[in-house]
Amino acid sequence: MNPDTLILILVATIGASVPLIFAALGELIVEKSGVLNLGVEGMMIVGAVSGFIITTETGSLWLGVLASAVAGMLMALIFGFLTLSLMANQVASGLALTIFGIGLSAFVGLSYTSATLSGMQPLAIPVLGELPIIGPLLFAHDPLVYLALFSFAAISVFLYHSRAGLILRAVGESPASAHALGYPVIRIRYYAVLFGGAMAGIGGGYLSLVYTPLWSEGMTAGRGWIALALVVFATWRPFRVLLGALLFGGVTIAQFHIQGTGVEVPSQFLSMLPYLATILVLVLISRDAGTIRMHAPASLGKPFHREAG
Amino acid sequence: MYNTTLKTRLKHLAGIVLATGLLIAGSAQAEDKLKIGFVYVSPIGDAGWTYQHDLGRKAVAEKFGDQVEIKTIESVPEGAEAERVIRDLAASGNKIIFATSFGYMNPTLKVAKAFPDTDFDHATGYKTAENMGNYNARFYEGRYLAGIVAGSMSQSNVLGYVAAFPIPEVLQGINAFTRGAQTVKPDIEVKVVWVNSWFDPGREREAADALMDQGADVITHHTDSTAVIAAAEEKGKYAIGYHSDMSKYGPKAHLTAVTHHWDQYYIDQVQAAIDGKWEPGAIWGGIKDSMIDLSPLNDAVPEDVRKKVEAAKAAIAAGELQPFGGPVVDQAGTERVAEGAGLSDEEISKIDYYVKGVSSKLPK
Repeated sequence: MNPDTLILILVATIGASVPLIFAALGELIVEKSGVLNLGVEGMMIVGAVSGFIITTETGSLWLGVLASAVAGMLMALIFGFLTLSLMANQVASGLALTIFGIGLSAFVGLSYTSATLSGMQPLAIPVLGELPIIGPLLFAHDPLVYLALFSFAAISVFLYHSRAGLILRAVGESPASAHALGYPVIRIRYYAVLFGGAMAGIGGGYLSLVYTPLWSEGMTAGRGWIALALVVFATWRPFRVLLGALLFGGVTIAQFHIQGTGVEVPSQFLSMLPYLATILVLVLISRDAGTIRMHAPASLGKPFHREAG
Repeated sequence: MYNTTLKTRLKHLAGIVLATGLLIAGSAQAEDKLKIGFVYVSPIGDAGWTYQHDLGRKAVAEKFGDQVEIKTIESVPEGAEAERVIRDLAASGNKIIFATSFGYMNPTLKVAKAFPDTDFDHATGYKTAENMGNYNARFYEGRYLAGIVAGSMSQSNVLGYVAAFPIPEVLQGINAFTRGAQTVKPDIEVKVVWVNSWFDPGREREAADALMDQGADVITHHTDSTAVIAAAEEKGKYAIGYHSDMSKYGPKAHLTAVTHHWDQYYIDQVQAAIDGKWEPGAIWGGIKDSMIDLSPLNDAVPEDVRKKVEAAKAAIAAGELQPFGGPVVDQAGTERVAEGAGLSDEEISKIDYYVKGVSSKLPK
């Protein structure tokens, strides 16, 4: 394989990973607050269709991205109301949110399946973007790629180097203690859930606005579930989430290249590779039971009753 | 007082009787209409497999007008749900039912046995019964013509093919496309990438990008979304659509599309049902039957290529040209059919190899 091909694969990898990075980082924050939202796929696809509709109507990509985030948040608000205010079962509510989102997006997007968009132009950074190898790899992407990487950095700092992050983690570990210390557990969880919705929405928006760019029913095709799995296999740590997303995207792209070059490996096996490689790597680097316990939010998925505290 | 009330009541009663009579008469009139059911595997949308079937449905509605009453059910998953839907259609008096996806074959057969007075037509399968026929199109004939266009327009001598699953129908397309391109450029290379999904715009997009990164400058697809066309448009390469004319998704990239046309078939079947002459058939129509065609060629396609495509199309329709006419040599160099003969329909329908010229390896 010549170096040019390798760079092409790596550049494509970043694009393939962006929806996963957004959705998984959002879900990471949600789960860190002790809430399990299985509705990522539903929020993503509603984000995808909302962004697409707004951009088609207004012609503005950024308004579309904003609409994706808002739509994801509205979906998350439904989930939050059910599970945090009405104390409904989180697993059931999340699953319902996904099914609802897929149906809703298909219905809303009915008349937009034939619309076309021009996509997002890469942000050409002068000088740096023209460097050989490093240029196309790091400095010639569309703005949302940088937003994804920025989100990663911001979330890492927030979780482990800020007071607010500490409170969020406390709420996820022991809501009763956090409540006793005077922190509004339910409100903090609402914030986390809404943030997760916005991120999933943007992830979906990236698919419909920039990556393909088109709208068609069911176009997220399970990426929300992969994002969910990434959070668990990355043992709730931002860097491993990022690594997992890039690895998944990278192996997906690489296997298409391998097929094109005519290697004699069954394509069904190659299709399985991204899942296999990602799970294997993440499980291997986080196989220590002690550290898993340390990073897993202790109250994940358990509803918090104020009276019980 | 009493009398008036009685009169009013009698009037009401008369009204009810009259209304009921009208209703009965009305429904008797409705009975004269031929009730037709269509079962679709996906939403109708704006392009694609189901959209083409729905164009056929519209042609029937237009042609027969008041003589028919058509019911369509969209997004019916293949399997148990399909049987329920088809049974429902038959039970509610539809006299001819078109099941438009391969996976409806066994459910349709089951329901057909339970409703001997209803006619069933199933698309792309291979089972028939007393009251169940099947119909299919020779998609590969269109692929052969598309290959001529792709081969002519390629500068890099590499073509790309995004494919769903390695089943005979898809392999027929890849092989015919390759053989069509070889009539223009004998040493052309066709690269195939399998996405193992009928519908996943993200992966189709990734596969198209991978093929273009590897030098393909004309790509085509046997998947259901329009992502491949959009990808080619963005990279300034050419693409060939499938199912429907997809030119609006890539006005510059879209050279042509291999399109399916079920209108005439549906009209013929409905006419036969009205005349009481319907019989279960096993139809495999192609260019000759106007079931397969190419959408209008892009302005970028030069005149001599247009003439070549027209000539090949006429020759296929006349039966003088067979896309799988001998010699057919497979990828390993084995001669499958010698010169002078051609693959039989049986052999075409079971094809499980790549022809020479495809550079990728077939998943086994």
